[in-house]
Amino acid sequence: MDNLIYLIAAALGLGSLGLLAFLWALKSGQFDDLEGAANRILFDEDDEENNKDP
Amino acid sequence: MTSCTHCNLDIPQGVFIKSEEDQNLQFCCTGCEAAYHVIKGLGLGNYYKRRVLDPNIAALKPEDDVGTIDYQAHAIAETDGTQALYMMVEGMHCAACVWLIETLLQRHEGVTHARLNMSTRRLVVKWQDEKSSANELAGLINGLGYRLVPYDPAALDRVNHEQEKELLRSMAVAGFAAGNVMLFSVSVWAGYFQGMLDVTREMMHWLSALIALPAVVYAGLPFYRSALEALRAQRVNMDVPISLAVILASGMSLYQTIVGAQHAYFDSAVGLLFFLLIGRYLDRRARGRAQSAAERLLALNARSATVIDEEGNRQLLPPSEIKIGMVLLVAPGERVAADGEVIEGTSDLDTSLITGESAPATALPGTGVFAGTNNLSAALKVKITASDKDTLLAEIVRLMEDAEQGRAKYVALADRVAKHYAPVVHTLALFTFLWWFFLGDALWQEALLISVAVLIITCPCALALAVPVVQVIASGRLLKRGIFVKSATALERIAKTDIVVFDKTGTLTLGKPQLVNLGEISQEQLNLAASIAAASKHPLARALCQVAPTVKVAENAQETPGMGMSAGDYKLGKRAWCEVETELKVIGPELWLTGPEIKPVRFVFKDQAREDAQEVVSTLKKQGKRVALLSGDLEPVVHSMVMELGIDDWQAECSPADKVARLAELKRQGFNVLMVGDGLNDAPALAAAHGSISPTTAADVSQTAADLVFQGAKLSPVLEALATAEKADTLVKQNFALTFLYNGLTIPLAVAGYVTPLIAAIAMSASSLVVIGNALRLTKSRKP
Repeated sequence: MDNLIYLIAAALGLGSLGLLAFLWALKSGQFDDLEGAANRILFDEDDEENNKDP
Repeated sequence: MTSCTHCNLDIPQGVFIKSEEDQNLQFCCTGCEAAYHVIKGLGLGNYYKRRVLDPNIAALKPEDDVGTIDYQAHAIAETDGTQALYMMVEGMHCAACVWLIETLLQRHEGVTHARLNMSTRRLVVKWQDEKSSANELAGLINGLGYRLVPYDPAALDRVNHEQEKELLRSMAVAGFAAGNVMLFSVSVWAGYFQGMLDVTREMMHWLSALIALPAVVYAGLPFYRSALEALRAQRVNMDVPISLAVILASGMSLYQTIVGAQHAYFDSAVGLLFFLLIGRYLDRRARGRAQSAAERLLALNARSATVIDEEGNRQLLPPSEIKIGMVLLVAPGERVAADGEVIEGTSDLDTSLITGESAPATALPGTGVFAGTNNLSAALKVKITASDKDTLLAEIVRLMEDAEQGRAKYVALADRVAKHYAPVVHTLALFTFLWWFFLGDALWQEALLISVAVLIITCPCALALAVPVVQVIASGRLLKRGIFVKSATALERIAKTDIVVFDKTGTLTLGKPQLVNLGEISQEQLNLAASIAAASKHPLARALCQVAPTVKVAENAQETPGMGMSAGDYKLGKRAWCEVETELKVIGPELWLTGPEIKPVRFVFKDQAREDAQEVVSTLKKQGKRVALLSGDLEPVVHSMVMELGIDDWQAECSPADKVARLAELKRQGFNVLMVGDGLNDAPALAAAHGSISPTTAADVSQTAADLVFQGAKLSPVLEALATAEKADTLVKQNFALTFLYNGLTIPLAVAGYVTPLIAAIAMSASSLVVIGNALRLTKSRKP
């Protein structure tokens, strides 16, 4: 019985952590541009060498 | 055919601009060549390797007449001394475009911040005031072939975005609560069979209450608010039974928990909220997206107007700030921003958006001009006249409002169902309570518990999900094909179409004249005429140049507005201007070429039908729909178009009121009318029809009036929209049928008192999933 109470408390705590994280992400604008963020990571800041043709 | 290295459009034969240093590079125009060198010069040539071009989006061909927007006027001074400019980007193809635009701006001197949102296509640039200017930065991006439209960030976002975020927050809270409460419920259910101690069960119930109650209070707010509003207005909407079920179920469960009873419905209450919030959020998002797409289209067309004040100073003003008595300067190529009278200058006006007539009209001092007409050949000064009730635009707007009132009466299917459904649910729950209390000899708690179960089971969870899910998927599918659904009930209304009424100029045709008698003209004469025409923006001259794109501009070409062009002894223009004496009858818009040593040559033009117009018309007929044509253009022109496309039901020289009258007649005969049109003269008809579609080239007012707006040079989006609407309609009806079938099975169980929390939870989730699953079939059906 005691174990159950600890486990429930732990589960609820973890759950609310997730909820808070989501609300924080929502507030800080991380859901504003879902498409862009996924693609942005693919582009490096590299310059091409000028002797190569596109 | 080879394609241009920059914009990837096919290069017309013989127009190569080959780069001197590299024979692999070829361009269709000098604009593309310049853009390529800008990109290459900054070492961003990787762009061409990385990009994935989308054929449905306008090609990256730099335009030569983008200089009409004054970006500096839209720049906002930030608190830290930098300037910021908010713009929407048109012509973005893929992520590489985002990268290119951002990097290009960031490498520009003085720029401190450049970020382009790929989902909303909004660009924010910030720079140090003294080091750069808004026009310089915008010119840089315009030069690559994108189009930039400034917007006011404060006005656009607030309402819509806030509501969407609130729903998302509520959804997160409800989802969290539903998940956790469900865990406890599973243990309670398992306890039924394994013999859980009463103490443990009570603890589970208390924990559920602890999580569920705050969630019900917070996440249910959007529903309670709307239900209260409806009740205040003495109406009943879908949110009333929803709120009632959620509140009663939680209240009852709390009471059960306090007295230590066996059943609690916390999981159903929170689960219900969660599913409903999903439906609500999807609905809001789809609507918000369509709205922003439409806003973007309108913003693209709305350009600032040049006003001249008494001292002769020029000032750029947005169209909304133009007042009566002001004097506008309308440069060639610009649109007239407001109704007025010409006080200086002579020019040709393209009035096709207003009257449907394809041939341009001459404007002289004293001529009345209307907002939306295009000035073609020379600068005009226009004095804005009082917006009397008898101006054309005011008349059209009045007709449109009249027509729209009729449409406002249309009630969406879901609302019609809800109207009958909500009272039935309430009566049923009340009946159940009374029946158990008086006839069944149950305690009031038991009777109430059973009637709450009835409310939960009948709650329109699937109903509230059935329509939004189908609509989101349908409008998403259309959006991918360049069709924007602007009104929430549009698809439902056009699904029943049995007669399609087209406008001619700009709708069945592209609204651009094309040379049709090329065979009668020798190459030399064509080149000569094209070299003179190249100096003009008149649509006939443009059409002539299109046939001979390599010809250079004649150096001494001069334009006489309203008449034609001259270059030395050669003249190109109207019959009278060229002083031609001929027996030939006028068969459409024409230009004549005269000069020493040549016989007068005639160039005949025609506004050709869109390439797939005939196919669309015959497909519609094959589907058993009637096709009609209502045009403001002259009879012979309309007649030849009708013969070409095989339309039997037609009318020429229609005024806007004639069109509305004809639609009203069709409606009286019991037809469901779909109007497809683009002109200002179509706007009242677009508003009057059961459903309406406009191309994106249409007048602003028409795009506002239309339910759907489509992009591109083809007419097939009309078919696509009809097919999707019909499919969506079928799916919505199937979903309703499924929901009612489910209710038919479960209501007797609930009334009889057999619905335990377990059954309620399973039945509710299952019906929602079935409805969503059925809606998803729309994505799989028929590939483009």
